[in-house]
Amino acid sequence: MIRSHVLICGGTGCTSSGSVQIQQAFKENIEACGLSEEVKVVETGCFGLCALGPVVIVYPDGTFYSRVEVGDVKEIVEEHLLKGRKVERLVYSETGEELSTEEKLNVALGDTTFYKSQNRVVLRNCGVINPESIEEYIAMDGYAALGKVLTEMTPEDVIKVITDSGLRGRGGGGFPTGFKWSLCAPNKADQKYVVCNADEGDPGAFMDRSVLEGDPHCLVEAMAIAGYAIGATEGYVYVRAEYPIAVKRLQKAIDDAREYGLLGKNIFESGFDFDLHIRLGAGAFVCGEETALMTSIEGNRGEPRPRPPYPAVKGLFGKPTVENNVETFANVPQIILKGAEWFASMGTERSKGTKVFALGGNINNTGLVEIPMGTTLRHIIDDIGGGIPNGKKFKAAQTGGPSGGCIPESLIDTEVDFDNLTAIGCMMGSGGLIVMDEDTCMVDMAKFFLEFTVDESCGKCTPCRVGTKRLLEMLDDITKGKGTLEDIDKLEELCNYIKQNSLCGLGQTAPNPVLATLKFFRDEYVAHVVDKKCPAGVCKDLLTFTIDKDKCIGCGLCARNCPVSAIVKTDYIAPGHKLPSYEIDAEKCVKCGVCMGNCKFKAISKI
Amino acid sequence: MKSLAELQAIKEKMKDKVVLREGTADVRVVVGMATCGIAAGARPVLNAIVECVNEGGLADKVTVSQTGCIGLCQYEPIVEIFEAGKDKVTYVKMDADKAKRVVEEHLKGGKIVTDYTIAAAKN
Repeated sequence: MIRSHVLICGGTGCTSSGSVQIQQAFKENIEACGLSEEVKVVETGCFGLCALGPVVIVYPDGTFYSRVEVGDVKEIVEEHLLKGRKVERLVYSETGEELSTEEKLNVALGDTTFYKSQNRVVLRNCGVINPESIEEYIAMDGYAALGKVLTEMTPEDVIKVITDSGLRGRGGGGFPTGFKWSLCAPNKADQKYVVCNADEGDPGAFMDRSVLEGDPHCLVEAMAIAGYAIGATEGYVYVRAEYPIAVKRLQKAIDDAREYGLLGKNIFESGFDFDLHIRLGAGAFVCGEETALMTSIEGNRGEPRPRPPYPAVKGLFGKPTVENNVETFANVPQIILKGAEWFASMGTERSKGTKVFALGGNINNTGLVEIPMGTTLRHIIDDIGGGIPNGKKFKAAQTGGPSGGCIPESLIDTEVDFDNLTAIGCMMGSGGLIVMDEDTCMVDMAKFFLEFTVDESCGKCTPCRVGTKRLLEMLDDITKGKGTLEDIDKLEELCNYIKQNSLCGLGQTAPNPVLATLKFFRDEYVAHVVDKKCPAGVCKDLLTFTIDKDKCIGCGLCARNCPVSAIVKTDYIAPGHKLPSYEIDAEKCVKCGVCMGNCKFKAISKI
Repeated sequence: MKSLAELQAIKEKMKDKVVLREGTADVRVVVGMATCGIAAGARPVLNAIVECVNEGGLADKVTVSQTGCIGLCQYEPIVEIFEAGKDKVTYVKMDADKAKRVVEEHLKGGKIVTDYTIAAAKN
């Protein structure tokens, strides 16, 4: 009889830090201790706290072990599973309060700072069930929503519930989902389609991947519900080929659902047919744009097409189509089961429910969090995210990836929802949230995202193809100290031109990182062009490394480590020192910073 | 899938297997499983409790877990039952049969088996 479950994260993050080997080690050690009949090892999806991976949770105690290594497994099995003694040094127990050892061992996962403010709707099964087991999903009310829809509700009822819930598209635009469905439903055609956009392309965003990896059946169920609501019998999931674990689990989920009769003909004997197919994307950013995505599914080069006609009228293969993002779909079964009012009770006036964010950058708890809409950025960063490492100061948070903007420190108390972010010139985006500390140069950050959009522009329309390239060149000049004040104005003008004239969302939003940084950090741009200085000390061409000759004791460590031999001995011996000090030849210096990192006497600085 | 009943049947079948992970149980049964406990025979006691709890359909209400030595080695195997709002009950010198009776009478029936409590053993 099984008395304990060992849940091991099998998400991409933990897999790359060795969770497969850990799982193997658990199985071997459990076998060796004769516990195979008592303890079950379960591979799950992402728990969210990726910074502390690989992550292992032991139930029924709910003990959360972090940063587990293969060498720790024997101890966990022999101590915890065999003798009931938790392995203290590996237990994650950050609650923000002083705790005794015993209290630490008994902290429930839900009480930790990372989890307690979260409200898991989309991620409710991630890290809880085995994503490859359809039966575990069913045990968690899986497919009950589909059953309810097919046996008790009309398609109009379904659309009404989704509309009343206030659910808005989680892919970035925030378009009301129920309204989108209602636009497609009345259109008559011999075939309609449901498409899932799992082409998660923003750098640093991995919400959709985690849902696909941790709870793939949820997507299958939601798409079938959408199919019923709009009268479609076929669906496509467009997912990046870079997500091999997600693709594998989703394929298994589709196969299992077919075997159980939850996809296919006459589901629940209701006369409703629905089937799903996966299409792999090759990783082009533009394919996350809905019309480009459909063009790609059709087998053509992924380029956007002008709208109208909108997909609801003429979408995939020229047929009426509804396209939603993974996270949007993942909310649907819960809304059907618990009702529109339950969903609408979470969040803010015009943004209901929760939002999943992928926390990254200069933050302690990098990982995945799901919070009610309207949570302040401060709470997300300081409490859930565990603050900024090394005591650095917060400078800005970047949301919405290459299409988004940034939120400066003065707006850190903004309640995060669709409209508030749009109001400050930012956007929700798909949910990447990159935290930046005081050492980040905002011009350099804007340049980074422009490099990305220049690479990813499909080339179909001129404003985007040529405009973004010119923007990047101007930014490059500014970071090299070659810019003028006039350039800043030109930069702004060009940004607005690209925004207004590009064909699709990629070009229309590509200048956002520049505009947002210009809005909040114009002084940094000015410092680059007028003073020829980078205030954050990032842009190498504007930096000089110097040695304070009175602090230098003449040890010569910097000179020995300089890769270009730019550091030489002088004749000057500082008072109180025995050896001559060194100096840097600015002509030869490549500004790598090795000398500064090595100097034990803090004699080297960059200005 | 032919019907909702079929879906419900799978759910029922699986429910006991995942309920372990919800951690919402009102009652916590803890078996002392340090060296002293294991030497005195705590393992069959633990297994008997887990089995009876599952067979008795109590899995969603009762969590069974282990703990280390609580310092009363001469009384092992020890089983403690924690229930919200009630005093802890400590059963001592347990074996598999006694454990079954505790599940039956205490966990199911709500009546403490006074024959096996630490108070009884001390008298």
